[in-house]
Amino acid sequence: MKLDPQLPGGAIQGAWTQRRRELPLISPINKRRFKVLVVGSGLAGASAAATLAEQGFRVTLLTYHDSPRRAHSVAAQGGINAARNYQNDGDSVERLFLDTVKGGDFRAREAGCHRLAEISGAIIDQCVAQGVPFAREYGGTLANRSFGGALVSRTFYARGQTGQQLLYGAVQALLRQVDAGRVELLTQRDVLDLITVEGVARGVVCRVQASGCLEAHTAHAVLLASGGYSNVFHRSTNAVKSNASAIWRAHRRGAAFANPCFTQIHPTCIPSGDPGQSKLTLMSESLRNDGRVWLPAQAGDARAPDAIPEAERDYFLERQYPTYGNMVPRDVASRRARERCLEGHGVGPGGRSVYLDFSDTIHREGRAAIESRYGNLFAMYERITGSDPYAEPMRIYPAPHYTMGGLWVDYNLMSTIPGLFVLGEANYSEHGANRLGASALMQGLADGLFIAPATVGGWLAGHLHTEVNPDHPACRAATASVQARIDGLGSSGLGSSGGRSCDSLHRELGEIMIGACGISRHAQGLRAALAQVQALEQAFAEELRLPEPRAGRNPELEKALRLEDFLQLAALMLRDALAREESCGAHFREEHQSADGEALRDDAKFCHIAAWQWNGDGQEPLRHCEPLHYRHATPSRRNYR
Amino acid sequence: MSNTTIRLTLRIWRQEGPQQAGAFVSYALEPLSPDLSLLEALDCLNETLLMAGERPVCFDHDCREGICGACGFMVNGQAHGPQRATSVCQLYLRHFRDGDTLTLEPWRARAFPLQQDLSVDRSAFDRLLAAGGYVSVNTGSAPAANALLVGREQAEQAFAAASCIGCGACVAACPNASASLFVAAKLGHLSLLPQGQPERQRRSAALQGAMVAEGFGSCSNQLECSAVCPKEISADWISRMNRSG
Repeated sequence: MKLDPQLPGGAIQGAWTQRRRELPLISPINKRRFKVLVVGSGLAGASAAATLAEQGFRVTLLTYHDSPRRAHSVAAQGGINAARNYQNDGDSVERLFLDTVKGGDFRAREAGCHRLAEISGAIIDQCVAQGVPFAREYGGTLANRSFGGALVSRTFYARGQTGQQLLYGAVQALLRQVDAGRVELLTQRDVLDLITVEGVARGVVCRVQASGCLEAHTAHAVLLASGGYSNVFHRSTNAVKSNASAIWRAHRRGAAFANPCFTQIHPTCIPSGDPGQSKLTLMSESLRNDGRVWLPAQAGDARAPDAIPEAERDYFLERQYPTYGNMVPRDVASRRARERCLEGHGVGPGGRSVYLDFSDTIHREGRAAIESRYGNLFAMYERITGSDPYAEPMRIYPAPHYTMGGLWVDYNLMSTIPGLFVLGEANYSEHGANRLGASALMQGLADGLFIAPATVGGWLAGHLHTEVNPDHPACRAATASVQARIDGLGSSGLGSSGGRSCDSLHRELGEIMIGACGISRHAQGLRAALAQVQALEQAFAEELRLPEPRAGRNPELEKALRLEDFLQLAALMLRDALAREESCGAHFREEHQSADGEALRDDAKFCHIAAWQWNGDGQEPLRHCEPLHYRHATPSRRNYR
Repeated sequence: MSNTTIRLTLRIWRQEGPQQAGAFVSYALEPLSPDLSLLEALDCLNETLLMAGERPVCFDHDCREGICGACGFMVNGQAHGPQRATSVCQLYLRHFRDGDTLTLEPWRARAFPLQQDLSVDRSAFDRLLAAGGYVSVNTGSAPAANALLVGREQAEQAFAAASCIGCGACVAACPNASASLFVAAKLGHLSLLPQGQPERQRRSAALQGAMVAEGFGSCSNQLECSAVCPKEISADWISRMNRSG
């Protein structure tokens, strides 16, 4: 497999402008001869579909949701970064670029990070023009806040619902194109396979949820913007139906999967209590500005929090990190919380949570001050847990939140399959081994509004292939193989009488993955987990119970198709975590830490993107490397002590 | 967190497809933790039904944190159930009493045809927005963001209207199955901002026309829509729409 990142030569500044100049254009009359398929209606997918349609391409957008507005971008709370320096606090394109490269712990391409920082300002312009109601100063200018430990205030926001407002802007632009007849919007479709003709991506096979029928859709280029795969851990902050099926099936058809083990765990989530709990709800990490994290100093101390005197409390982040205290980065906070819980200090059900205590701030500044800052978060916490965080400390625990890993793409966002582009969280790009707060929305919109619309056009200009229609042998073959897969699911096909529910298998997968491949990893645990996941795959094949087939909807079948892909992806994540013998970003290998427990990166051996090639069922996948070079940012070690 | 459990009976509308007849079926749930949500109770019921060889209950859901707008059905005659400002995925069992029977029914509205059990087709909402619920601006043609000044108060009001999650509870709660609150909130969001001014009249006429064409009813000031809205969107937006589009 050849990994050519198509990086621009010359100076990094202006390289994107230069690339755009070099990309061939298509005349307005010819554009309508090209059809583009977009999978996913989140920020990346909706904005790419709308922009390509505005340019004159014929676009079809497929989403599993009943409405594009439901895509999980909608749940992003904090904000979106842009290097606008509106606050005159020293921000610049160069600073955002450096922050992104460092935040990713030197595992992302410099050229891509620089482009992201360059584009960031235009994203805000576009969103404002669409009518996104960003927070404003009294004078009417845009407000900013600092986020995720950044030293400058570059985060634009709409209360705690920035993702929702940005998504609605993008979806409204999309619906405008639907109304104009330039986008065909097909909802309630699960994309289950990629169609390639002579090695080029030419379409997808999807299942219509309402009828159970399979459809083949064809195009001149296929864009996957189907989001991340945190649900491999079963419970995460993702929507419960968020899935990896489109990217995983593309991987099986030849698209390399990059750094699948780079997954971000967010420290401030509402912990799990009952096995029947379906998800973990994120609470903005801004809470750590005023809340103090602590646990009983005595392991196994079962007293209520207010019965534990000050002297018997361990404010472990403040103790271990006197400079940054409770504001240490996400991965550090998560790892330390897990460590203390494993040592028996944890509180709540199963000892799996830590206190986040606001009493000092309430005492110092009054309840009203806290209410004005975090009123909606406190209400959300109380709604879910039934406990009043003004009266007793919150209980929080880390939860899987975002996946930096994804399909390998070159600088033009094209995967190793020609004609297949991957956008947003679904790809591996600028976030490296760890994503900065408020950068996911920025990357999704950069890909969808500006990068893909330029590079997809550039690719199409050279490839006005012959028309492929759904009767093409490749489409018929792909559809038949999907049908065969569906028919073979469950111990005796649909309507099988096996002994395991899809949910129980998914819960078990989650337990294995969060234990071995979550916050902290080691070789022995990863190897054991690989064997367990393979055994679980076997159980899935032999014991899965599915309800009767029918013409209408079958949500259990939808779940099973997603879980089968998660099981296979889980094995790849474990292999990737095993192969990466270093600690970097969100990937912490216990064998690779300093005497005081900090991550040890190994630039001599691992300054590369690992891109995995599918090698067939039952075969070991192949690991390829794309070396990374740093000419502008000097690789440094993170230190928060 | 509570260590006790709660026993509930769910009386659920079961209907295999749009063309089949439907009926209520009662299910006695296993004792459950009051810290589970009502949707998680349905997950548990579905696992039991599946293992017993029966068809699981179909209901819409996704984010389970009250922001995607996918979930929604009637609980004892109230859209999203008895808790104020709460979508049904955020409704926890601790709000019910041991031994309660809850009647779960899909949204009932001509414009929202039933798909299966508690799931209805709300694509009419997207067609309303497609009729004009946007600012016509192509990517790349935006002016510098701070060239458009928007007062803080105005931006917050626009945000309040724009926070509608499109769940359809307003339609389900309305005796006329009107989409007035949904439409008025979108019109209010965009007409409060300078970006929305050039198309204001056209947008208002287009959305209100589409609302009638999709089979939604008219507003007769019952205000049930606002009472059940999980985002507490005010019925004042409807007055504003009627006054000035």
